[in-house]
Amino acid sequence: MQNEPEITLQLVKDHGLTGEEYRRILNLIGRTPNFTELGIFSVMWSEHCSYKSSRPFLKNLPTEGPNVLQGPGENAGVIDIGDGFAVVFKIESHNHPSFIEPHQGAATGVGGIMRDIFTMGARPIALLDSLRFGEMEDPRTRFLLNGVVDGISSYGNCTGVPTVGGEVYFDSCYNGNILVNAFCLGLAKSDGIFLAKAGGVGNRILYVGSKTGRDGIHGASLLASSEFDETTEEKRPTVQVGDPFTEKLLIEACLEIMEFNWVVGVQDMGAAGLTSSSFEMAHRSEAGVRMDLSKVPLREEGMTPYEILLSESQERMLFVIEPGHEGEAIAILEKWGLDAAIIGEVIDEPGVRIEFKGKEVVNLPTFPVVDGALDLKRETKRPKYLDKIDQLNLKELPEPSRGDHAFLKLLACPNIASKEWVYEQYDHMVRLDTLVLPGSDAAVLRIKGTKKAVAISVDCNSRFCYLDPYNGAAIAVAEGCRNVTCSGAKPIGLTNCLNFGNPEKPEIMWQFEQAVKGIGDTCLFFDIPVVSGNVSLYNETKGEAIFPTPIVAVVGLIEDQTKIMTQGFKKPGHRIGLIGFTLEELGGSEYLKVLFDKTEGKAPALDRKNEKQVQEFCLELIQKGLIQSAHDCSEGGLAIAVAESCFATPEETLGAKLELESTLRGDTLLFGESQSRIVISFPEELTDQIKNLALSYNVDFSLIGITGGSKFTVSINGQEYIKQEIESIKNIWKTSLGRYAGQTT
Amino acid sequence: MKCGIVVFPGSNCDHDCYHILKDVLNQETHWLWHKDDVDLSSYDLVILPGGFSYGDYLRAGAISRFSPIMNSVIPFAENGGKVLGICNGFQILVESGLLPGALIQNRTRKFICKNVYVRIESTDTPFTQQCGDKPIIQVPIAHHQGSYYIDPLSLNDIEERGQVLFRYCDAKGNITESSNPNGSVGSVAGLCNEQKNVMGMMPHPERCADPLWSNTDGQGIFQSLISQSRI
Repeated sequence: MQNEPEITLQLVKDHGLTGEEYRRILNLIGRTPNFTELGIFSVMWSEHCSYKSSRPFLKNLPTEGPNVLQGPGENAGVIDIGDGFAVVFKIESHNHPSFIEPHQGAATGVGGIMRDIFTMGARPIALLDSLRFGEMEDPRTRFLLNGVVDGISSYGNCTGVPTVGGEVYFDSCYNGNILVNAFCLGLAKSDGIFLAKAGGVGNRILYVGSKTGRDGIHGASLLASSEFDETTEEKRPTVQVGDPFTEKLLIEACLEIMEFNWVVGVQDMGAAGLTSSSFEMAHRSEAGVRMDLSKVPLREEGMTPYEILLSESQERMLFVIEPGHEGEAIAILEKWGLDAAIIGEVIDEPGVRIEFKGKEVVNLPTFPVVDGALDLKRETKRPKYLDKIDQLNLKELPEPSRGDHAFLKLLACPNIASKEWVYEQYDHMVRLDTLVLPGSDAAVLRIKGTKKAVAISVDCNSRFCYLDPYNGAAIAVAEGCRNVTCSGAKPIGLTNCLNFGNPEKPEIMWQFEQAVKGIGDTCLFFDIPVVSGNVSLYNETKGEAIFPTPIVAVVGLIEDQTKIMTQGFKKPGHRIGLIGFTLEELGGSEYLKVLFDKTEGKAPALDRKNEKQVQEFCLELIQKGLIQSAHDCSEGGLAIAVAESCFATPEETLGAKLELESTLRGDTLLFGESQSRIVISFPEELTDQIKNLALSYNVDFSLIGITGGSKFTVSINGQEYIKQEIESIKNIWKTSLGRYAGQTT
Repeated sequence: MKCGIVVFPGSNCDHDCYHILKDVLNQETHWLWHKDDVDLSSYDLVILPGGFSYGDYLRAGAISRFSPIMNSVIPFAENGGKVLGICNGFQILVESGLLPGALIQNRTRKFICKNVYVRIESTDTPFTQQCGDKPIIQVPIAHHQGSYYIDPLSLNDIEERGQVLFRYCDAKGNITESSNPNGSVGSVAGLCNEQKNVMGMMPHPERCADPLWSNTDGQGIFQSLISQSRI
C-alpha cells in the first residue's frame, strides 16, 4: 500500500529468509513479490509452519491403522473408538513465547491446541501439559514456573476443559529455553469429523471470533523459528495475548454451527493467522480463495494488509460454508456474542487473491506458498559429546551402606516430588469425566453414554535422550504405553512434540533423526499409529541446546469403565510384586543426578519384546481383577515407585515392608531405572495364580513385600537398608515443590 | 421436580448440573438462556451453575447480575422460589444482593481445585433437610475467588439466624485454620438467605453425585430439594 518498503536483500533477511530461498520465490512466482507477499512467504516458509528441516525425517513414522480416521496433515489426528465415537488429539509446543512471557505464552499455547481439536468438530474434554524448566537454583526458574502454571490455569479453567495430567521436570539444560507442550483430546461423533477444506467454487469464507489486532505478528517466523540471543527480550511484542472467555464462546458457537451440513471446512487461525488458514484450506482443496481484507473485523484503525494477514491474534477461526447459509451462521455466532463476517469466497483457480480497499494487494498461487519451501536436506553428524559421557564406572561411585539419605533426597527433588502444587491450580474435575485424578500413571476419562474410558499419558525422559536419542525416544514410547496399561488401557494411538535445538547444526539433526527413528521403530513394533505431531526446533540460547526432548503422548482405550486400575495400594496385608527384572543400570538416573550431579552413562536398555509381554501380562491381571494396584517404575526406581504407591490418595497412606534378595548394588537395585518394570499389589491368596500367569507370559515376576504398617522399610539380603516413618516421608514428597514455588526471592 | 439451569456466557458446570439432575436423578430439567426473560412460576428450582460467566472479568459475578435472566430470577427468589448458586452461581447471588457478604480472592491468591470436607451446620432448610445422616461430607472445590467475607456483626447475625449451612472442616468435623482452604471468615463454605429459599455454596455437590464415583456425598443436597418438591 502507501509507502510500502522496497524489497531489498536486507529486508528479505530480516524476514528470516535466506538468499537461496528468495531466489526460489522469484523462480516460483516469476516476479518480485510485494511487501505483503514477502511477509506471507516469510511466515509460511518458516521452520515452524513449513517443517522444512524435519519433514524428510518424519516420513518414516507409522501413521496408519484400521481405526485411524485421520492421520498427520490435518489440525489433529482422529481415532475411532467404537460406539459411534472418535477421539481427536494432538500435542503442540509454545516454548519460546512462554520463556519470554510465561503467563500469556502458556495460556495461548493451551488456547491454540484446543482450537486444533474443536476445529475438527470435537468437543475438547481433556488437557495435559508437559513442562520443562531450568534448575531450581536458576533465579528465573521460580518466576517461569509460577507464570506458566498460572497461565495454563487461568486459560484452561475458564474454558471449562479439565487439565487432567501432565509432567513437570527441571534440569539445567532448560535454563535458557523452557518447554511448554500442551496436549488436548476431544470427543467427536466418528461420522462428524470436519477437515480444513474449502470445497467447491462459490463457497463463502466466514471469519469467526475475536477481532484482528496487531499482536503476534511474526510469532511463528521470527520468534519460534530462531534461537534465543541478546535480542530475545525485544521480541516480547510477538507474544500473543489470550482471552479464554472468547475461546469458551468460540467452542460452543463452533460446535453448534458444525451440527449443520452446510459447513464445508474449518481451520483455526493459529501460527501465521489468516495467511496460513486461507492458503492451506485452498491448497488442500486444489482451489483458490478471494478475500477482501476491508471486511475483516479489526481491533484498531490503520492496520495494513501486511499486519492483517500476519497477525496472530488469538481465538479466531475461518469457516467455509455453502452459499445461502450466511445469515444462519452469523445468527448463531451473534447469539454467542462473537464477531463474524463473510470475507471472501472460493474461486476456480489455484491461487489466493486478496483485496484491500478496492485494490489487489496479494495474488499468489497456493502451491509455492504452502508446499514450495525446500525440504532442506540437513546434514547429520553424531555429536562428539557422546563418546565422553558414555562411560560410567560404577566402581568409582561410592556405594552407601544404607539408602535412607538418597531416598529422602530423591523424594524431595522436584522431578520426583508430588506435583500437587501444580495440579491443584488446574480444574481437573469439571465435565465429570475424570475417573482417575492427577497424580497417577495416566489420566483416565470416561466417555459419557458408553461403557468406555480413555487413558492418557505424556512422557519423555530427556536425560536418556541426551545419552542416547534413539533409545531415549524408544523408552518414551514404551513408558507412555506402560503408563496407560497400568491404568487398564490398551494403547491405541500416539502424538508427539519433538523439541530440539538448532537444526542448522548437524549434531542436532543427528539427535533428531535418531529420536524419530526410535519413536518410529517402537511404534511399529507395538503397532501404534502416530496420528499427529508437532516439531519445535531452535530450542537454544546463545548456542547452548536443550537435551533432545521428544515428548510422547499415548492414548489408550479402556472397554469397561469398571475395570480401571490406579497406582495406590488399597489395603494393608496385600502382597507387593514386581513385574520385570532389574539390571545394573544407573546411567541417566535421577539418583545419579541428585546424589552425584552427573548425567552420564548408558541409558537403560529397552527390550521391546519383553516390554510388550510385561504390558500384556499387566493388562490381563487388571482385566481379570487379580490385582489392586499397578504402578510403572520410572524416575527414582523401585524405591520411589513403591513409596508413591504407599501415598495412595491425599488422605490415605499405607506403609510397606520390602524384603529383597539380590546380587546387585543396593543403590542400583532400589534407585536404578531399568525399563519394563511394574509394581503391583494383590491379596495373598491370588499369589499362585499370578505367578502361573507370569510363567505363561514368560515374564519375570517376584514377590518383594507386603503393604501396611506405619513405616516404609527395605531390607536387602536380610540387611536393613531403608527405614522411615511413612507419614514423614509423605510430607516431604507432598510439600517440597510447593515450598519451592511459593518462596519469594 | 422441575429445574431450570441458567446458561450464562462462560458457564461451564451447566452440563454437569444437567447430567446429575436429568441423567442421574431423573428430574425434569430445562436450560434457561441468559438473554431471555422467562416466566419461572412453574419451576421448583433454578440453578445458577459454576463457571466463569463473562470470563470473571471485572469481578466474578459482577457482570452476570445484570443479565436479562436475572430480572426473572430475582423476583422468583423474592416470591419464595428456590434458587441454588454453585461456585460462580454463588458469586452471582452475592453480587445481585440475594445473599449477604462477598467472595474475594483465595488467600493463596491461586486457583484451588481439590476435595475438601464440609460440615453441615443446619438441616432445617429445603437444601439440607436430607443431609442429617452424614453431617460431614467430602466435596470438591474449584475456584479462585471463593474466600467468603462478611463483617463480624453480620456474620454473627447470619449465624444466629441459622443461615450458615456449610463450613470447611477436617475429616473429623473440626473447624481449624488448616481445614479452611481459602481464608473464608468463619470457614463459611455456603449459606442461605433469611427466608431459606436461596442458597449459595462454593463447593460443587454436582461433582460428587454420580454413582460412578465412590463419593456421592453431594446427592444429599439434590435429594433434599427433590423431596421438598413432592410435598
